[in-house]
Amino acid sequence: MQAQVNPIIRSTGVWRAGLFGAGLLILLGTQASGFTAYVSNEKSNTVSVIDTDKFQVVKTIKVGQRPRGIELTKDGKFILVAVGDDDTIQMIDTTTHEIVTTLPSGPDPELFTQDPAGKILYVANEDANTVTIIDLEKKVPLGEVQVGVEPEGMGISPDGKILVNTSETTNMAHFIDTQTRQIVANVLVDSRPRFAEFKHDGSELWVSSEVGGTVSVIDPVKREVSKKITFDIPGLRKEAIQPVGISITRDGKTGFVALGPANRVAVINAVTHEVQKYLLVGQRVWHLAFTPDEKYLLTTNGVSNDVSVIDVASLRVIKTIQVGELPWGIAVSQQ
Amino acid sequence: MTVSSNSRTTVARSVSLIRLLLAGTILFAWTSASADPVEIKIGYLRGPQPKTSISLLDIPPENNGVAGAQLAINDNNTTGKFLNQRFSLEDVQLNDKDDPAAAASSLAARGVSLVLADLPAAALLKAADAPGSQGLLFFNVGAIDDRLREEDCRGNVIHTAPTRSMLADALAQYLVWKQWRRWFLISGSHPEDKLYAEALRRAAKRFGARIVQEKVFEDTGGARRTDSGVVQIQRQLPVFTQGAPAYDVLIAADENDVFAAYLPYRTWDARPVAGSAGLIPTSWDPSHDQWGAVQMQERFMKLSSRRMTARDMQAWSAARMIGESAARTRSNDAKAMLGFLKSPDFALAAFKGQRLTLRDWNLQLRQPILLTDGRMIVSVSPQEGFQHQFSELDTLGLDRPESKCKLK
Repeated sequence: MQAQVNPIIRSTGVWRAGLFGAGLLILLGTQASGFTAYVSNEKSNTVSVIDTDKFQVVKTIKVGQRPRGIELTKDGKFILVAVGDDDTIQMIDTTTHEIVTTLPSGPDPELFTQDPAGKILYVANEDANTVTIIDLEKKVPLGEVQVGVEPEGMGISPDGKILVNTSETTNMAHFIDTQTRQIVANVLVDSRPRFAEFKHDGSELWVSSEVGGTVSVIDPVKREVSKKITFDIPGLRKEAIQPVGISITRDGKTGFVALGPANRVAVINAVTHEVQKYLLVGQRVWHLAFTPDEKYLLTTNGVSNDVSVIDVASLRVIKTIQVGELPWGIAVSQQ
Repeated sequence: MTVSSNSRTTVARSVSLIRLLLAGTILFAWTSASADPVEIKIGYLRGPQPKTSISLLDIPPENNGVAGAQLAINDNNTTGKFLNQRFSLEDVQLNDKDDPAAAASSLAARGVSLVLADLPAAALLKAADAPGSQGLLFFNVGAIDDRLREEDCRGNVIHTAPTRSMLADALAQYLVWKQWRRWFLISGSHPEDKLYAEALRRAAKRFGARIVQEKVFEDTGGARRTDSGVVQIQRQLPVFTQGAPAYDVLIAADENDVFAAYLPYRTWDARPVAGSAGLIPTSWDPSHDQWGAVQMQERFMKLSSRRMTARDMQAWSAARMIGESAARTRSNDAKAMLGFLKSPDFALAAFKGQRLTLRDWNLQLRQPILLTDGRMIVSVSPQEGFQHQFSELDTLGLDRPESKCKLK
């Protein structure tokens, strides 16, 4: 049913799609996709729960101090949220919305990632120049890896064999063998790398550099930068273009990059690495998440305290949802 | 080709020489990858610092600046582990009688090619112009004099300290944004105060403010602190600021900390104070916590057991620029580093919300300027709406078209 909606949007033309956007939304709303998005609000110390049928906040959960990195466990039972100023990661039950326990994340956790099986959590500790490895079932630390200065971005290869951490002041993507827990390669990228994302087939690793203003496309086999994506928005000063969050469609054809204070999400042909379009969203757009059907891409806009909803097929921003103060990270349930 | 027996031996010799060279290269590559890291020696040249201040809180720490350089050296070495580079810092403290030129030459003789200099303008020029400084690359981390970036600019001196005109412009933009356009300017009697006052006058004119009254506060000497000094100050300052025409903000130019800190709450009219006291433009403040700066503040506190000053930040930026260029050029060669720093590829992440780059016409580091009240960051300039065709950061300080600098 939903598959029939997209051709309608395409055939009605751009301005009409905008005009009927609201109407289509109501139409879509009647088809229960049933996803839930969770947004960490860095300043409010809350997590906003968004129903992706209605695109409305249905609940606000109080969490620890300075929530940033947020993910769901692979079984969908828990929300994991890094509360940096409390030096821990909180686990929230997705049914009751109660905080059930905390994880020994090490100091000031910001971003983290899980292994494909959902058993191990890898956490970047910005203040300690380490990556902490945690057993998610036993909730105990398994060890740590020394990395560069101010580790932040965390990505894992689809086969779970290589963990990539980016360090903001060292300006590297560190390749860590998850078996030996040793660094096996270091790739220099542009200034202040923030986020690392593999393509679903593992053929490319994308790393965003916030201050450098670029996205480095890294060949995970050769472990070198094969292409640098740059951004040029007419009328906008270069310093305002600060790439952070990255999402790539499952088919590996389209990439989305949040450009921070440029208030735009860049749409990139992920095959040719050419920028196709810039979508105007809220202010200081930081992180991105698809709904599992990849129909929508949700963005957190820190300064305007909202979430923009991008219709992936039509590449249009169709809705804005007010959330808490300084929304930072976002995760969407798979069920 | 005919080959005589003579030249045959030459060929044979050169072949074996090539073999030897090849073996040497392989050996070198092997050792450089596993054993000896590339050494990057950085000198820190500093003169005597003032030990007096009006507020007890403002007495500069003994390791002001050099502690920031040390933190950057540690950061560089963390990165260096992955690139087989090792950074070290040699701290050289000069007294009033020492010759900065000789000190620079002596650093060069010891294999140092990169020097962070925290020296007054004249001493810095002496060091940079010394015959023994050939091949040295200096980073000015202390002197804010515009002349070092203008008529007295040097091709071997990079500036991470902002200029007086950058500081004055940053303050002026905010005051104009705030619609506090009528200024009462009080400047001190020292030469630096006159330069700062001049920069403020220029800023007022540039951004549409008006100086309605000017006054000079003579430094008559004497101790900054006496047991009952506060009684006199409370009586003197209102009288000193009495009788000014209507104004919005009182601006003090007092780089030697003689009187400005006495002004807030003691003016005749109830007016805010800015400049050398009250709302102060600066490259860094211990209260700055945006754009990831908290990490930096905490890292610094852990290392130095005190808070991070503007001087520390200027030295950190310089040593990080060295680290960054060493990583990118994979070299410890000062010339190659300067080439990289001047190129469009260079960008420094320094917790200011945007990249810092070099003005290629005078080697000044472009940077946002923080406005602090001593407790909080009130604002960060450039202010919204002050536009520039190349970089809004170039709305701060003397711009390319007006520059008197001719780099050699």
